[in-house]
Amino acid sequence: MKTPAIMGHVLLALAPGAAALAWFFGPGVLYNLAVATATALLVEAALLWARGRPVLPSLGDGSALVAACILALALPPLLPWWITALGVACGLTLGKHLYGGLGHNLFNPAMTGYVAVLLAFPREISLWPAPRPEGAVSAAEALRYTVSGSLPGERIDTLTHATPLDRLTTGALSPALHDGTLLAGAAGVWIWVAAAFLAGGAWLLLRGCIDWRLPLGVLAGTAGTASLLWAVIPGAAPPDFHLLTGATVLVAFFIATDPVTAPASRGARLLFALGIGITAVAIREFGAFPDGFAFAVLLMNAAAPLFDYIARPGTVE
Amino acid sequence: MDLLLLAVAAVLVNNFVLTQFLGLCPFMGVSRRVETAAGMAMATAFVLTLASVLSYLIFAYLLEPFGATYLRTPAFILVIAVAVQFTEIMVRSTSPLLHQVLGLYLPLITTNCAVLGVALLNLRGGHDLVASAVYGASAAAGFGLVLVLFAAMRERLEGADVPTPFRGAPIALITAGILSMGFMGFAGLTAV
Repeated sequence: MKTPAIMGHVLLALAPGAAALAWFFGPGVLYNLAVATATALLVEAALLWARGRPVLPSLGDGSALVAACILALALPPLLPWWITALGVACGLTLGKHLYGGLGHNLFNPAMTGYVAVLLAFPREISLWPAPRPEGAVSAAEALRYTVSGSLPGERIDTLTHATPLDRLTTGALSPALHDGTLLAGAAGVWIWVAAAFLAGGAWLLLRGCIDWRLPLGVLAGTAGTASLLWAVIPGAAPPDFHLLTGATVLVAFFIATDPVTAPASRGARLLFALGIGITAVAIREFGAFPDGFAFAVLLMNAAAPLFDYIARPGTVE
Repeated sequence: MDLLLLAVAAVLVNNFVLTQFLGLCPFMGVSRRVETAAGMAMATAFVLTLASVLSYLIFAYLLEPFGATYLRTPAFILVIAVAVQFTEIMVRSTSPLLHQVLGLYLPLITTNCAVLGVALLNLRGGHDLVASAVYGASAAAGFGLVLVLFAAMRERLEGADVPTPFRGAPIALITAGILSMGFMGFAGLTAV
């Protein structure tokens, strides 16, 4: 399959997840997607022109669009437009074109952009609106926040909802751990979001667009580490919680499966995918950040050449 | 447990290269090949551990009893130079090949600011002998880890179509920057 065909499949496969996010968290998700795709096309064209490459063929391969959509879906559903745009611009510039464009980059462009804006705007990226039915931010309010970055005083409350992962980081999840309502109560609508991304990912697997080792490794690494910590440490969340909340499924099927930034050999791919799951759960349980998947992806992207080096001794030098 | 936290902090959270910006010269200079990077990492690990133990002993049993703690910087530099010379003689006799590969860089460990940095940070942290050794070894492990990772990435970059103005050091520094962003995810890891 050629690159544009694969990228078309990936875009289609992202649709159920995007629809689920938009249904539960409001139309802000769609505004983010619009800002991200517009920025991606502009930045990609500008960079191709600056590098003296033909603009239209490379723009048409869809890789910039896929990176922009993944980044937009990873960001909170309500976000001032300049943060989304900056994330996409950073991701495509630092993560892709400075390395020579598609096929040469070491780091996943979407995750490079995500971590850059997460570190630059930690407050904004930590604000998640409450999901339906309590949240219900209207389309006009969401548009106003996307354009201006502010909401009228009393409405800003809708933005300070603690996601399940926020509650895990602050220790507020512990009561739900004991009364057995964990999945229904704590993971909440995230189950549906995860299921929607899973459906898209499963379709990609069936069409043969992605290597099964990568999603399976990420999920296995996440579940394995979470089970171990759950058994050993009081206050840790159970494995199903880690699998269903936050970015787990999105990363497993859409980010870790990027063939450019994953290692080339099979054994190395398993190591890489397991490493993402292990690192992300460790950051969720012990670190200061609610979700660790973006960092885990960057770290394992960095380790990918070494994994390849170990898996194929003697081929280099 | 405290020692484990100290080690995690030195390897991941406050990595010497990526968050404290110590030891950047060998990080940029000896990261073109994975083999040399691994050799350099091991030589530096040996020197760092040895030097942090020796400088603790010198400080606690020589400088402090004589009230000469103001001499710590020159004293530590002397200790480090001795440790490096010792390592060089050892490497030359055990592995002439590695000695040839590391070449100029081996004596340059003397001026690797991470080595003096660890000795001084051990003092500031009030570490005892065991903690000093653990801190030195973990600082070296963190340095070696990123050095080898970075070398493998640079080997892969050799085939990349990097725009001309960014070839060589610029793209290496950008890569180090993104790697450092990844390491920032470990923030707060030792606050449990």
